[in-house]
This record gives sequence, structure tokens and C-alpha cells, in this order.
Amino acid sequence: MADQSTNSVAFVRTEEVPASPPPANAAGPVKWMRENLFSTPVNTVLTIVAAYVIFKIITGAFPWFANGIWNSQSLAECREILQGTTGGCFSVLSERWNQLLFGFKYPPELYWRPTLAFVIFLLAAAPVLFFKLPRKLLIVTALFPFIAYWLIWGGSILTPLLALAGVAGGYVVYSRFVTNNFAMGFFGGIIAAFLIWTIGGSILPDGTITDGPMQSVPSRDLGGFMLNLMLGVTCVSLSLPIGIALALGRQSSMPFIKYVCVIFIEFIRGVPLITLLFVASVMLAYFFPPEATVDLFLRVVIMITLFSSAYIAEVIRGGLAALPKGQYEAADSLGLDYAQAMRLIILPQALKISIPGIVNVAVGLFKDTTLVSVISMFDLVGMIRGPILASTEWNGVYWELWLAASVLFFIVCYGISQYSQWLERQLATGHR
Amino acid sequence: MAEAQMKVSDEVAITIQNMNKWYGTFHVLRDIDLTVNRGERIVICGPSGSGKSTLIRCINALEEHQAGSIEVDGTLLSSDLKNIDKIRSEVGMCFQHFNLFPHLTILENCTLAPIWVRKIPKKEAEETAMHFLEKVKIPDQANKYPGQLSGGQQQRVAIARSLCMKPRIMLFDEPTSALDPEMIKEVLDTMIELAEEGMTMLCVTHEMGFARQVANRVIFMDAGQIVEQNEPEEFFNNPKSERTQLFLSQILGH
Ligand SMILES: Nc1ncnc2c1ncn2[C@@H]1O[C@H](COP(=O)(O)OP(=O)(O)OP(=O)(O)O)[C@@H](O)[C@H]1O
Ligand SMILES: [Mg+2]
Repeated sequence: MADQSTNSVAFVRTEEVPASPPPANAAGPVKWMRENLFSTPVNTVLTIVAAYVIFKIITGAFPWFANGIWNSQSLAECREILQGTTGGCFSVLSERWNQLLFGFKYPPELYWRPTLAFVIFLLAAAPVLFFKLPRKLLIVTALFPFIAYWLIWGGSILTPLLALAGVAGGYVVYSRFVTNNFAMGFFGGIIAAFLIWTIGGSILPDGTITDGPMQSVPSRDLGGFMLNLMLGVTCVSLSLPIGIALALGRQSSMPFIKYVCVIFIEFIRGVPLITLLFVASVMLAYFFPPEATVDLFLRVVIMITLFSSAYIAEVIRGGLAALPKGQYEAADSLGLDYAQAMRLIILPQALKISIPGIVNVAVGLFKDTTLVSVISMFDLVGMIRGPILASTEWNGVYWELWLAASVLFFIVCYGISQYSQWLERQLATGHR
Repeated sequence: MAEAQMKVSDEVAITIQNMNKWYGTFHVLRDIDLTVNRGERIVICGPSGSGKSTLIRCINALEEHQAGSIEVDGTLLSSDLKNIDKIRSEVGMCFQHFNLFPHLTILENCTLAPIWVRKIPKKEAEETAMHFLEKVKIPDQANKYPGQLSGGQQQRVAIARSLCMKPRIMLFDEPTSALDPEMIKEVLDTMIELAEEGMTMLCVTHEMGFARQVANRVIFMDAGQIVEQNEPEEFFNNPKSERTQLFLSQILGH
């Protein structure tokens, strides 16, 4: 502006202003502290109070951790060693870690089976979570449910193989008919799968094995954090597709489908999860034929899945509603049919918008799996409240146990949250 | 302008007979009769709310009409999904707000429909897409996302995306009205080029310069009816109806 004379409004730029880097902020910790911690008197007071509180907590908790006892046999022994000084009795963790992780009835010589299943789970989840990995890994993902079932419950390998055959048969029928008509393929596939399962189930001998490395473990012997993880993983992965279907159904122009979905969602959302779990533990058996004793684990999975799919459906509906109408019209005008438009255009965008909401539901669901302790399943919380705290050795070790449980849950939930934020950054393609 | 090149054939591309449409009880389109020959370039204008968008959206069944008939390339538009899909794959459409798919790159935007609807191999679809992107002069943006392009570039991508389906008819709904003057020209140039190649075009636009230069027929709509249609020269210099005169004086008058 140097060449602009003060008494004339006319201005012609004669030289370009060169681009220059932004002014370097006078950095340094002192400046940072002055700006952020001591900028005003109120701020200074708050800083001092906060520092005092943090100091108190750390000095209070530090000896408790530092003097912690890791190798005693009971709480009484801990107290003897500590002689009245502060200190945590962490020996409950080192002595009962196996019960916290696997429950108190899972045969200890078989711990390797769920552990192996967990390792395979990490492999199976990787290609789903990180889509830059080779797509071939999805084979592991597809086979994982069957492998995991066999590893955790044991028994004859024929059972998971039959399940796999049913799914494969259903898929073959589906892909044969789907080119003509989606509904025909879909229901044809389901019918084919059920045919294979019923026929196979009646031919197959009882798959129970009573000893050896693959001996059967009944569902009621599952427990600990393993049970929480199993419920969490199964229910989240089932409720996502069901939630998508419900959300699309709710938008459907066919009144029957629409109202079925609306009624389902509204009903499930209006009922506390805990009542659904009680229904699962007592009443759901009435809906199945009397000779079919449906596993408690399966009943609980059904209920939690129904519950969370209703929530996920509503989250996704929000994502669908946020899409401009022009996206549907552009897809239509290019000649894409309904399924293609949904799969290629609408859902990728709607799901991306819904990620924070879906993660919210998933994290909530994972923590809600601890509610099964109320219907006498021994998950992590059930184990702590029941067998461990009730034992004569460890009666009264509350802090250490609940802290350990919190840490386990926190690690998983924080991981999910970090992953979702990473995913959102990956999917960002600039604004519309 | 090479007027002689832009031939109109006798072959009929679109026939609309006695078509009526209602939104609820509101009668938007009334007794529309229109025949479009192959190679015709038609500009539709009229005041806001006169039903221009609704009319061209009926042609590819984005809106449903309740009475009368629409026939595109010999296929009758009915509620039969097969016919609708057939017509949509032959009719390209460009929207006021581009409606590109923001989660896909420019190239993917252009290849998506050919791959999934026309079942063309990916490689071939990409070659076609690059060909049309070159035609609209933005091949170098192929791997960017729509959000990274200017409005004019986005609209040209939208045109290229439609062209990749090798449509025989193109519909434009105010393709330039969301753009800055500088970008309007680049989009209009693309459309003029298309017209010169003999594409059958129906354009809702208020770009009267474009209408004079390219159109062989201008249609004026008001209150859901076709009020006047004529060759551009006659239409602009010697409008017959009072409503047309009023409209033209308003848009050309300042
Ligand atoms: N989905 C709808 N439901 C009800 N009325 C509608 C709907 N879409 C449009 N209309 C009405 O129909 C009439 C014609 O709309 P249309 O969009 O075709 O007008 P237009 O001529 O394209 O106007 P513009 O120049 O503003 O785009 C308007 O009065 C509008 O309010
Ligand atoms: Mg309009």
C-alpha cells in the first residue's frame, strides 16, 4: 500500500506482493504457560487449585500402587505383609487372572483354544477395518465364525462344517437367482440354507466330545472377559447389517415393509435392555419348539442384537436423511437400480456420516454386555461380583478388581474410538 | 456458427401427448403436447415456478405424470420399471447443482454407471471416461474428488458423466444458474460443442445468448402450460403472446 497516495482514491497496483510464510509464533514453554494457564487472575487460581487436586490424587494413589502386593494367597495375607501401610492387594489379579478372563468353569487346559480364536479374530478383523490390506484376507474373515465356534465350544468339527455348508449352499442359490430378482435370490438363499441345516442336522450324529483337546465346552461354562468380547463382537457385527436393513426399510415406499420396521424399532427402543435379557433367559424358550433347547448364549445374542440394531437403524436413518435429494436423483438418472444406488452411492455416504453414531452404539453395546451378569451369566462383572468376591480369600478386594475391569473395558472402548476417528480422516474427501 | 451442420432429422426422439401432472391437488403441468425430433436443440424458458424443471424431470421419470403419455425413443414411459430403466439409460441429465458423487473420484464418477448399468469392463469404461473428460477439457483432474473442483469444472464433469453412458438425448436443468459468470462460459462452450455434434438436447436455461446461438426452437412456459414456441429469431424479435413479451422485457430489459 506504499504507493497509494493519501488524497486520492484511485489505486493501481504496480508490483505484486510476494507470498511470504506466516509470522512465526513466539513459541516456548513459558509463553505457552502464560497464555494458557495464567492469562487472567481467575485462570491462575483455577490452575493452582487444579494442580493441588492432581498432586493430592497422585500422592494418595502412588503408595497404593507402589506398595502393591502381587504374590499373596489371600486378602488376609496381604494385610499381614502390609502391616497397616497403604498398598493394593493386586495378588487377586495374579491369582485369579484366568477366572477374570475365561470364567471359572472353562477347563484350564483348554485356555489355548479361546486364545487362539482371539488371535484369529485379530486377523479376521484386520481386512474389514483396514481396507488397504489385501482383499484375499477376507477369506479368513468369512471362515472366522466357524473356526471360532469350533475352537471355543469344541466338539465335532462336523457341526461348524455343516453350518458352513448351509451358508455356502444359500450363497450359491442366492447368486444364481439374484440376477433375475433380488427378493427371489434372498429368500431362495435363506430357504436353501435352512434345508441344508435341517437335513444335515438330522443325519449328523451328536457332535459332543467328552475329552481330548477338542472336548465340548457347554455355553454355561463360558465366562469372564472372554464372554464380554464374544457377545460384543457377535452382536455388533450382526446388528450392523440388520440396522442398515431396518433403516432402509423404514424409508421404503412399500407401506407394509415400512410399518414393520417402524413398529419394530419403536418397540425395541421403548424397552430397557435388561427386560429383554430377562425375556431371553426365561421366556424366549417358549417361542421355539419344545424339543429345541436353544442355547442361553444364543438367546442373549438375539436379544442384544435386536436391541442394538434398532439403535443403529436410527443412527443410519439420520445419515440417510442428511444426504441431499440430488444424490438419489443423480443415481436414478444414470439408470442405476435401487440396490446399486443404495450400495454404491447412498450407503457409503450415509454410513460415513453415521460413523460417530454407530461407534457410540457399539461402545455402549460392548459395555452393556456386562448386564448379562444379572441373568446369572458369569461375564467379567459377574465373575467379580460372584465367585471372586464371594470367596473367603478375596472377600473385600473391591478397588483392585473393579480397577482391573475398568482398565480392560477402557482399552477396548478407547481403541474403538481411536479407530473410528482414524477412519473418518481416511474417508474425508473434501467438502461436497 | 455452423448452422448448416446442425441438422434436424425427421426421426422422432420424444413425443409428449396431452400430459398432465399434479403435486397433490396442485396442477403443475397442463395439457403438455411436445414432439422433439432427433438432433433438435430446444431451450425451455419461463418464469420461476412455471413447471420447466418438472417437465424435463418427467421425461426421465424422476417425476411421475398422472395423465397423458410420454414416449422416448419408441419406449412408452409407464410405471413398468424395465421401461423406466431403459429410458434412463438413453437419456442423460445435468442438474443445477451438479449432483456429483462426493465420495468418488472424478474418474469413478464417470465410470460407475457404465460399469454397473452397461456392464462394460472397467478398463474400457475408463478409456471412454478419459475421452469425454478430455472433451470437456479436464482430463488432468481425473483423480481428484468433486469437492476439490470449481463449480464450472464440476458441471463439466457432470456433463462428461452423462456422456459416458452414450445417451441419445440430453436434458439440462439450469446447468449454469449456480455458477459465476466466468464459469458459465466454459459450461456453455461444452454444451455448444455437444449441440454441434448433433446431440438431441432439451435445455432449461435463462441464457438467452445461448438460446439464440444454439437452439432451433425456444419454448416459453407459464403456469404449467406451453404458451409459445418458435424459432429463436422470431421468438426474441417478434413474440406473439403478451406473457412472452412481458417475460422477455423483464429478462432482457436491463
Ligand atoms: N415436490 C413438489 N411438491 C409440491 N410442489 C412442487 C414440488 N416441486 C415443485 N413444486 C411446485 O411446482 C411448480 C413448478 O415447479 P418447477 O420446479 O417445475 O418450476 P420451475 O419452472 O423449474 O421454476 P424455477 O425456474 O424456479 O426452477 C412450483 O410452483 C413449485 O412450487
Ligand atoms: Mg427449476
